[in-house]
Amino acid sequence: MNNLLSRATPYLQATPLLVILGFFLALPILLLLVVSFWDYDFAGMYPGFMTFNYAETLGSWVTWKTYGNTLKFAAIVWAITAFIGFWVAYFLAFHVRKASTQTVLFLVCTVPFLTSNIIRMISWIPVLGRNGLVNSALVGAGIVDQPVEWLLYSDFAVILAMVHLYTLFMVTPIFNTMMRIDKSLVEAARDGGASDWQIIWNVILPLAKPGIAIGSIFVVTLVMADFSTVQVMSGGQSASVALMMRNQMSLLQYPAAAANAVVLLVVVLSMVAGILRIVDIRKEL
Amino acid sequence: MTDMIKKTGISRRNLLKTGAAAVAGAAVGSGAITGFPTIWAQNPITLRQFGTGVSNLNAIAEKCKEDLGITLEMTATDSDAAAQRAVTQPDSYDIADIEYWILKKVFPTGVIQPMEISKLKYYDKIVPLFKTGKLTPDSVIAQGTAPHTVGFVEAKDSKEFAKGETEYFTMVPTIYNADTLGIRPDLVGREITTWADIMDPAFKGKTSILNIPSIGIMDAAMIMEAMGNITYADKGNMTTEEIDKTIDFLIKAKQDGQFRAFWKSFDESVNLMASGEVVIQSMWSPAVAAVRSKGIACKYQPLKEGYRSWGGGLGLAAHLEGAQLDAAYEYINWYTSGWVGGYLNRQGYYSAAMDTAKEYMSEDEWGYWIEGKPAQGEIKAPDGTVMEKAGAVRDGGSFLERMGHVACWNSVMDEDRYMVRRWNEFIAS
Repeated sequence: MNNLLSRATPYLQATPLLVILGFFLALPILLLLVVSFWDYDFAGMYPGFMTFNYAETLGSWVTWKTYGNTLKFAAIVWAITAFIGFWVAYFLAFHVRKASTQTVLFLVCTVPFLTSNIIRMISWIPVLGRNGLVNSALVGAGIVDQPVEWLLYSDFAVILAMVHLYTLFMVTPIFNTMMRIDKSLVEAARDGGASDWQIIWNVILPLAKPGIAIGSIFVVTLVMADFSTVQVMSGGQSASVALMMRNQMSLLQYPAAAANAVVLLVVVLSMVAGILRIVDIRKEL
Repeated sequence: MTDMIKKTGISRRNLLKTGAAAVAGAAVGSGAITGFPTIWAQNPITLRQFGTGVSNLNAIAEKCKEDLGITLEMTATDSDAAAQRAVTQPDSYDIADIEYWILKKVFPTGVIQPMEISKLKYYDKIVPLFKTGKLTPDSVIAQGTAPHTVGFVEAKDSKEFAKGETEYFTMVPTIYNADTLGIRPDLVGREITTWADIMDPAFKGKTSILNIPSIGIMDAAMIMEAMGNITYADKGNMTTEEIDKTIDFLIKAKQDGQFRAFWKSFDESVNLMASGEVVIQSMWSPAVAAVRSKGIACKYQPLKEGYRSWGGGLGLAAHLEGAQLDAAYEYINWYTSGWVGGYLNRQGYYSAAMDTAKEYMSEDEWGYWIEGKPAQGEIKAPDGTVMEKAGAVRDGGSFLERMGHVACWNSVMDEDRYMVRRWNEFIAS
């Protein structure tokens, strides 16, 4: 009896999490999968097993082009945020000596996050617009004759806003892993005659990999699922996968959106799996 | 409005209270003053109205409660959700406040019951546009889902629309307007006269159209036809070839950089215009007013090809019967009796029963909004904000001039799903 209880204990302890994940994660995804095979018209959805939602999604060049576009955004934003994130975290972890200053500076990084996502994004519009701050300054200083058009409602604007929104998601995990790096390793490397660059390249970067991996997962999933930034900053001129789904949902084509969501889920999960394959984050945590 | 009531010396609310106290438990006849035979305060009746939001105004619910004692519960949704809800949850509403193209989709499913015209007090005041499709006897009937084509049925249980006027009305029209392009007169630098002007290379990168497929395609059709690229048999019901041709044209224009942005919501259109990002674009009339209220010049430019128009009305849910049905008729009669009409007219929309609305508007308001005359004094919105100063003339002129030049009504196409798919390609391209 006692033996049985002690064997059951771990399962009982895991039950709450299982229930929560089952109800809020597994069940919705299962429903999504089921609905993606249903039929629909303007008035409702009809249970069934139709594959045309997938056929329409995968067979259309719009889907491929949109995925291409979204992946392009993901790649560029990832590269920029990883670069900025690494150096900001490196500065915080190794060049700021006092723990209190570190904390203060880290909090400074989070200040923009005190306002909502949408406001941070929309506030770019008066800055980048045809008659915005940047263009007024450029024209006023005589650097250009005509306002620069590509600043707003372009891929540039989308990427700029995304980098602004998502860099912190890269800074935080990298900073976290860097703080765990034993400083004596850096000292040992220096004693061994390594230059600053060699230390960064051969000691810090390999040890910071789990943080970069976690940050990458954040950034990639956020960019892949983004629709509002793309919609607002491209002025509706550019498409993203989530925006495509939102269009379908606003037209009440839920099964089509569900099929699209399943495809996106598969793509993003494989990307995350890829990242985890390169870096074993569990080993390093 | 409040002034007018005070002048009569007796407010309806007071009358209600006194009446209710005097003849407790019984329905009070107050026809002498309000014109409505029954007061529902004794036997509270709630009508649940849902719809597309334009006319879901709290002021109307408050006034309805005050005049009729009927509590109006209003829910606003977007048009696609409205169509779905009308069909799938027919017991969730008593009154459907929907546009005519939605009615075309919804009515054949049997969720809306036709009204008996004999019970509609102000039927003869409703403008002929909704009965024959002609505002004046010599008007041309517009393309698309024109309201009169879905306005009547032959019999009470009929699911098909009648060809002409009958004894059964599917919806009482309430609110409608004529849409066109908005321009920044200070920035376009020339006269704008046709829908084709939005494609002028001079405005490259300074134009926008709206990204709501069912309406955007109509604006695109007006542009295509104005440019002489195509003549549609019916813009409101394109064939797949016509859809292809229209979308291919849009894709090319997009790739050439003609558009600055596409807007989806009212405020996006206001911001695009107010910031000078675009100088000519699809627009809705309240958005033009919003840009102007910032002190920025903006004109709702009449164009020679005519307007793209939309209209909505109130329909009765099929499940209504007995006292609820009576209350619903009464509500509709009240709606067309003038106060609401005046309110809507003063917002820049049009009321379906113009004659009754006139009694609730000042001479100056009627002159400015409906007759196209210069304003004598300040023109104020129903909430009191100043919309126009003395001397201003409404863009497009009078009611007859604007609604008399409708080229096409908002509509639903047989090839709707194909159109939406191609529209998404245009946005993604």
